[in-house]
Amino acid sequence: MSGLVMPAPRADVLARRARIIADLRAIVPGEGVIDTEAEMRPFESDGVTAYRQLPLVVVLPSTTEQVSKVLAYANANGIPVVPRGAGTSLSGGALPLEDGILLGMGKFNRILDIDFANRTVVAQPGVTNLGITTAVAHEGFYYAPDPSSQIACTIGGNVGENSGGVHCLKYGLTTNNVLGVEMVLITGEVIRLGGKHLDSGGLDLLGLIVGSEGLLGVVTEVTVRILKKPETARAVLLGFPSSEAAGACVAAIIAAGIIPGGMEMMDKMMVHAAEAFLGAGYPLDVEALLIVELDGPEAEVNHLIDRVAEIGNGLGCMTLRASTSEEERVAFWAGRKAAFPAVGRISPDYLCMDGTIPRKALPLVLKRMEEMSEKYGLRCGNVFHAGDGNLHPLICYDANTPGELEKAEAFGADILLLCVEVGGVLTGEHGVGVEKRDLMPSMFNEIDLAHQERLKCAFDPEALLNPGKVFPVLHRCAELGRMHVSGGKLPFPDLPRF
Amino acid sequence: MSERLCPRDEADVVEAVRWAVSNARTLDVAGSGSKAPLGRHIQTDATLELKGLSGVTLYEPEELVLSAKAGTSVAEIEGLVAASKQMLAFEPMDFGPLLGVAPGGGTLGGLIACNLAGPRRPSAGAARDHALGVRAVSGRAEAFKAGGRVVKNVTGYDLPRGLSGSYGTLAAFTELTIKVLPRPETVETLLVLGLDDAAAAGVMSAAVGSYYDVSGAAHAPAELAARIPAVAGAGVAVTALRLEGVKPSIVHRRGKLEAMLRAHGTLSFLDADASRAFWQGVRDVEPFAFPVGGALDTAPAIWRVSVAPMAGPAVGAALREIGARCLYDWAGGLVWVEVPGTEPHSARVRAAVAGAGGGHATLIRASAAARAREEVFQPLDPITGALIARMKNGFDPGRVLSPGRMYAGV
Repeated sequence: MSGLVMPAPRADVLARRARIIADLRAIVPGEGVIDTEAEMRPFESDGVTAYRQLPLVVVLPSTTEQVSKVLAYANANGIPVVPRGAGTSLSGGALPLEDGILLGMGKFNRILDIDFANRTVVAQPGVTNLGITTAVAHEGFYYAPDPSSQIACTIGGNVGENSGGVHCLKYGLTTNNVLGVEMVLITGEVIRLGGKHLDSGGLDLLGLIVGSEGLLGVVTEVTVRILKKPETARAVLLGFPSSEAAGACVAAIIAAGIIPGGMEMMDKMMVHAAEAFLGAGYPLDVEALLIVELDGPEAEVNHLIDRVAEIGNGLGCMTLRASTSEEERVAFWAGRKAAFPAVGRISPDYLCMDGTIPRKALPLVLKRMEEMSEKYGLRCGNVFHAGDGNLHPLICYDANTPGELEKAEAFGADILLLCVEVGGVLTGEHGVGVEKRDLMPSMFNEIDLAHQERLKCAFDPEALLNPGKVFPVLHRCAELGRMHVSGGKLPFPDLPRF
Repeated sequence: MSERLCPRDEADVVEAVRWAVSNARTLDVAGSGSKAPLGRHIQTDATLELKGLSGVTLYEPEELVLSAKAGTSVAEIEGLVAASKQMLAFEPMDFGPLLGVAPGGGTLGGLIACNLAGPRRPSAGAARDHALGVRAVSGRAEAFKAGGRVVKNVTGYDLPRGLSGSYGTLAAFTELTIKVLPRPETVETLLVLGLDDAAAAGVMSAAVGSYYDVSGAAHAPAELAARIPAVAGAGVAVTALRLEGVKPSIVHRRGKLEAMLRAHGTLSFLDADASRAFWQGVRDVEPFAFPVGGALDTAPAIWRVSVAPMAGPAVGAALREIGARCLYDWAGGLVWVEVPGTEPHSARVRAAVAGAGGGHATLIRASAAARAREEVFQPLDPITGALIARMKNGFDPGRVLSPGRMYAGV
């Protein structure tokens, strides 16, 4: 682990390990409690494999009641808890703690209700993202958010991270597609928020839970809305001589009132890597490649494809190909979807960053990243959710070369700080976790962060749920609760009063 | 007598809250006051009127983003984005007609604080789905920000969403950033005539669950349809399905929907202008409008009920015994209930919602006395209630920001 400081393990918890394990076995019998090093090893990291830590113990509950009892026990005994879905986090959100229970939700793997008339699915949190779509596909429905890890990542993890995907611009993130949850608080109390209806009847707690990275509670059931799969989808490949021209095309498409189902940009390095990896048929003479997908009724899609082609041609695109069959559309996407493994083939290791920027800042950001690449002596390719400004730079490094991981991390931090500098944010869809935790002060001042932490205090005053994630410094809730307000003058006395 | 504090900028808002905290005074957080009769009836020492914080601070149509001070009028924002062929896609309703207040008076802060939505809610979301960033002053007399100006952002807790629908009880907004989207090129509406409520729910479910991108599905029983000018001539119940987008697409989808629904009832059609008028009428609940300046104490009570779409008619059926009338939007999931007389019949309405599988009911229009006495928002279970009280402790420990507007004591 490179320089990451986690909260100091509680010596008293470590000392009580045997007792804690015995107590947890009384709550979750059989194979639900894992305590040997060999069996805990698979849980030591998530998608960010640079960070590893064996937990105190792994607990795999299978009922809400067990979750409730485990959390109440942890709360009563001052033991941290790290919730985990499939462990695909790209920000270290499920990184275990030496003194913490790793609460794996994999046994919650059933779909509880499919309601086509109301267009909802109720699923347990361990159901995979793609599993929901698979369960409703026979009626032509699907679940819209589609993170790249959708074959493995779970809907519970999606709720924790507010996961996105390539179709966010048109169909929204997880938060726009979740209607309700059942959730267990650290006290063991169980609450239900939302359901098959829209909106909360009062304060929108559900909106706060989605994307809270496992710091507020453990979700044990999720209700999502499902959509009818579009009748048709077609993709257009547009190659440009510069990223500026490609960026201008994206802006022009949106200015024309077109919201594509997906709109992705790849830079030259990524185009070449993808082409070498699986021969998707991408043009190799371009500096930037756009994939624009239009979906909806056939008449609409055909109409919009023509308009996108017109816009592209007007902005000097060098190659333009519209898919004419479903196979061709899938092939256009295959290269983009394989971007990460393609980089894995040309570099022993890579870091995937996840900043979002205002789209107009793209040329500046790309230029500055080139300069950084030279400064650090590390290659960097870019894939970009162009429609919503979400940038995924892939920094190539070799973990076996001493010092390269640290260099890559410093390069990544510089990129994210640049994103904030141009008006963007540290993370668009991967979450803060541990990876971006210490960069939070670049976006938020102490007062901003204190207000977020007070929300945490309302849910988990002892900071037992996923401590060490999201917030660079964990303040005590008692300290955050104090109020120092003075100055009782009647405000702005120069204004007329009524 | 309640005093009006009219801050000009964020620093003034901080000062006002500091004054309130130091002197244990309470503030009614308001924009222009256009939704003052909404929520529980409360009495405060002063009104914090934010309409002086006005003006669009950033609008970049190609980036689909707009920022404005909290007191900026919604009408001004809608006019500005319309000039760039864009819109607030969540189609925020105007509560003016329902509350007997002049229309067009709302502010951006009020729109987010009350989490407004419209007929496009099922496909495009509510205000909560379009709030990207906020600046606000909490009850600790501290200005803070959350979120950002980009659509895709998971940096920290999603406070912009959490504060949507908080009715000024956690913080006073000073500036907001929202997502804007292109306006559809044109619109048409397919009408199915003469359906009863249950049949209408079935037709709306089939249409919204079809391939044909229906962006509005509403049902007005005959008596209420007669009060919406665009369809008043039908003389029967009207089930309306909205199609928006480019012309060739609408023609195609309308043809498919007509074929699908022909067997269910007589079909009719509204062109673009009539469609716009009709959907604005549904959005603002025109059949239950009350004269501007009328005494709300004499108006029939109105509830806003949200349930699973197919459960809407069950709410209507359960409340028919007390003579309630219902207008359905969101494919049946939103039920506007007019209860005869001024008594809100809370127990009956809440029982009807529970009996229909659950959801929430909010008392929108009632006398001040009723709104002081009854639970206006959906009652909370004790665990959630305690959680919300702890949130209030965090953001407004002195209970100075609109205390009791949503829940007694909070």
